[in-house]
Amino acid sequence: MINFRKFVVNTGWILLFLFTSVNFALASEKEHSEDSSNEEFDARSFILDHVKDSHEWHIATYTSHGEEKHLNVPLPVILYSNNSGLSIFMSSKLAHGHTYKGFKLEEEGEYAGKIVEITESEGEENILIPLDFSITKTVFGMFVSVIIVLWLFLSLAKSYRKSGVSEPKGLQAVLEPVVLFVRDDIAKLILGKDHYEKYLPYLLSAFFFIWINNILGLIPVFPFGANVTGNISVTLVLAVFTFIVTQISGKKQYWKHIVATPGVPFWLAPVMIPVEIISLFTKPFALMIRLFANIVAGHMSLLTFIGLIFIFKSIYVAPGSIFFVLFMYTIEILVGFLQAYIFTILSAVFIGQAIAEEH
Amino acid sequence: MTGTLAGIGAGLAVIGAGIGIGMIGGRATEAIARQPEAYSMIQTVMIITAAMIEGVALFAVVVSLIK
Repeated sequence: MINFRKFVVNTGWILLFLFTSVNFALASEKEHSEDSSNEEFDARSFILDHVKDSHEWHIATYTSHGEEKHLNVPLPVILYSNNSGLSIFMSSKLAHGHTYKGFKLEEEGEYAGKIVEITESEGEENILIPLDFSITKTVFGMFVSVIIVLWLFLSLAKSYRKSGVSEPKGLQAVLEPVVLFVRDDIAKLILGKDHYEKYLPYLLSAFFFIWINNILGLIPVFPFGANVTGNISVTLVLAVFTFIVTQISGKKQYWKHIVATPGVPFWLAPVMIPVEIISLFTKPFALMIRLFANIVAGHMSLLTFIGLIFIFKSIYVAPGSIFFVLFMYTIEILVGFLQAYIFTILSAVFIGQAIAEEH
Repeated sequence: MTGTLAGIGAGLAVIGAGIGIGMIGGRATEAIARQPEAYSMIQTVMIITAAMIEGVALFAVVVSLIK
């Protein structure tokens, strides 16, 4: 009963805080729109800019002396081109369409969002695309999460080494149940108790990488909040890992099912073999799309609910909108865990199919 | 016009996935009510199947939103 009262009071404080902060934001927004020609709020670009990867970390836009200014954290740009070799500089040199050493961050057109190299030869402008190894927002966010995961598990390992397997305390008490959950309810259950140990390190790494990144992606302050697992390149690499692990551990039975599916008449082989080969690739492809689409959809719906306030330009929309944002946030925390679980368990299922013995 | 059609396509995909996942949830609840001791196994199978359906639905949504 006391807990319930505490919960209500806490929720009330949070709601009050959010409501006043949005009020404040709205008030400043109003003043802003009065002096600088009534701008339409562009919800589409607002949402896409937050979801997409970028070369700088945008924190806020503010106006001083009637001029729009951006508060950015610059990130390193690393480029390699055949023309000028390796060049490393901060992304602040490219801000506002500036050209630096012939490099330019295109804002529109065919190469929008990419860095291009402009070279002049015989009075003609040539556009080259250098290889881009930059530490972008996603890469930076991934570094942060990798450091956190390493810190969590190295300190966990240290505490086990020091005190042995005993009653878990502190960090141990938080992480041990989750590790045991992955071991017992995913690896042991799907792969069987003879084979699970070999694949447990991969499943645990995938699970904690995805989970920590999903949760960090929901924290809206600076070193967190990069949309790492909502970036299709990241999910592609994760899915490729599962693909490689599955193919490498494939036993005779697995390949036999692809080349000559037992029980199927031989004249169906021209149909069955291509279908089986395609299904090798659709499984990891589905893993990639599922994680990407779930996380992006979550971020987009959160931003849409916040954007509603600015679309209607009314303070009375704010309470409803904030209620839905809080609701979506709670669901997103659940989805963050669920997607990590689903990615891991499906990886385990695919590996399990590959290592299955003949019956 | 393309925007409207994409929306309808995404909506149709979501209807299909909704029916599918609803059926899985309903049957899983029935199964757990009959055999509560098989709870964890039923739940795992339910989540895997729901994830498969969701994957197909997300394919459709992504395809209809890209073009």
